[in-house]
Amino acid sequence: MHSIPGRRLIMGLFLIFLLLPIYWLVNMSFKTNAEIVSTMTLWPHAPTLQHYKRIFTDESWYSGYINSLEYVVLNTIISISVALPAAYAFSRYRFLGDKHLFFWLLSNRMAPAAVYALPFFNLYSAIGLFDTPWAVALAHCIFNVPLAVWILEGFVSGVPREIDETAFLDGYSFPRFFIKILVPLIASGIGVAAFFCFMFSWVELLLARTLTSVSAKPIAAIMTRTVSAAGMDWGLLAAAGVLTIIPGALVIWFVRNYIASGFALGRV
Amino acid sequence: MDKTVNQKAWFLVLPVFLVVAFSAVLPLMTVVNYSMQDTFGNNQFFWNGVGWFKELLDPSTDLGGRFLASLGRNLFFSMVILAIEVPLGIVVALSMPRQGWTVAACLVILALPLLIPWNVVGTIWQIFGRPDIGLMGYVLNAAGIDYNYVSNDIDAWVTVIVMDVWHWTSLVALLCYAGLKSIPEAYYQAAQIDGASRWAVFKAIQLPKMNRVLLIAVLLRFMDSFMIYTEPFVVTGGGPGNSTTFVSIELVKIALGQFDLGKAAALSLVYNLIILIVCWIFYTVMTNAGAERKHQEGAA
Repeated sequence: MHSIPGRRLIMGLFLIFLLLPIYWLVNMSFKTNAEIVSTMTLWPHAPTLQHYKRIFTDESWYSGYINSLEYVVLNTIISISVALPAAYAFSRYRFLGDKHLFFWLLSNRMAPAAVYALPFFNLYSAIGLFDTPWAVALAHCIFNVPLAVWILEGFVSGVPREIDETAFLDGYSFPRFFIKILVPLIASGIGVAAFFCFMFSWVELLLARTLTSVSAKPIAAIMTRTVSAAGMDWGLLAAAGVLTIIPGALVIWFVRNYIASGFALGRV
Repeated sequence: MDKTVNQKAWFLVLPVFLVVAFSAVLPLMTVVNYSMQDTFGNNQFFWNGVGWFKELLDPSTDLGGRFLASLGRNLFFSMVILAIEVPLGIVVALSMPRQGWTVAACLVILALPLLIPWNVVGTIWQIFGRPDIGLMGYVLNAAGIDYNYVSNDIDAWVTVIVMDVWHWTSLVALLCYAGLKSIPEAYYQAAQIDGASRWAVFKAIQLPKMNRVLLIAVLLRFMDSFMIYTEPFVVTGGGPGNSTTFVSIELVKIALGQFDLGKAAALSLVYNLIILIVCWIFYTVMTNAGAERKHQEGAA
């Protein structure tokens, strides 16, 4: 691939632009609040772990992470398990209304969360799921199920149809073929789809905040109340922010070649 | 490879249909219902017909004025970030190293902002831009530029735009990179033999090959920026005044702040309709491109 002159400089500057704000957040999370407010220091002169300690020992803080993880995992499981058969159907068969259905799914992926905030609030209050992880997990399905269908459809289409036919000739029933043969073949695709479901549910705040009040409150919503009588607790806010970046940063290496594809619904 | 017609495939799609219908159709019906009614609390509703929609599209009323102003701001915002992110993304994609471990390193760092929760993106820039404790705000003020995103409209806009560029340019770059990677080396060799200039290579080989991914990138960025809520909400809260109040922020203010169900529902429907139209263009582009790709693969 042919690149442009001065590419190292451009790339270097852009990467610095990307990393600098993140560095600043990490930097702040290791400073005492006194240091943050009183002086401008480029690195923590008196490094402290007090903010992280507070988050890991104070239940109102760490429960936020657990709540977030609960609905994110629930959502990922629901999304993948309903999307798998559908992806197979879209990949292999034509049926009445298939194209319309595909478009309808896409339009839901793109629907503004703000439109759904209020009706979701009413709906989940009415059926008694308000303030449970289930409410957020089901609400996030609106954008994650279509995403999973689109990504998985691409991977299923990569499996030659002869494999299906051979399996059926060998006497495999459909469910057995699905679990024993198809799922192992597209395991990496399931991994990628699961990663994106996890990620998009993890980064969403508006619906998660609207559908919870006390017992299922996500970390993103808890972060908004670091204002105390003594002013903003910047160090604590920064530490909480750093911890939310970690899940993405941990798996990023494994999915680095799929990032563009995942955001473009598996169409690149 | 042609697909076989099989109506039983509906059984495989049924779970998806039910889950999404539960989350999408039921709430949307509530919205349509609300949009035609007025309420004075106590769950008493009155038929209002298309009254809200009339008000929504009339700039002289309070609701219409707010909606059209936020719509204008939002469209302006989308145009500005597209004008910055698309060229910048192309340049970054062209600057990617060719091989070795640096490719993976660059990919990982580029992808990092995309995987940060949106409210944390807001927090990062809130902290980074503050004149008292943030590096950017501090440096700008030290350099003699009076910068304060809390009180100055223009500074707030600059902050929100720079934040979005920081957050999403990587997506454009990664998409373009995926497009560039698919160009066979032979094309470049042919160009070299012909003595093509750097610019000619870009115009005749790279740009046409990136066409499809660029379209996807533009549409994705347009739609996401048109629905932006969390990041500006965390950084500026829609202020100072109303200067960074985008459509989603206005909608949430009306719906959950004032509980004006009828107005909020009417706004939601119009908002959704705009998205739906853009979405349809997106879908057509993607499916056509998919068919074209299959055609090419079939020919090769």
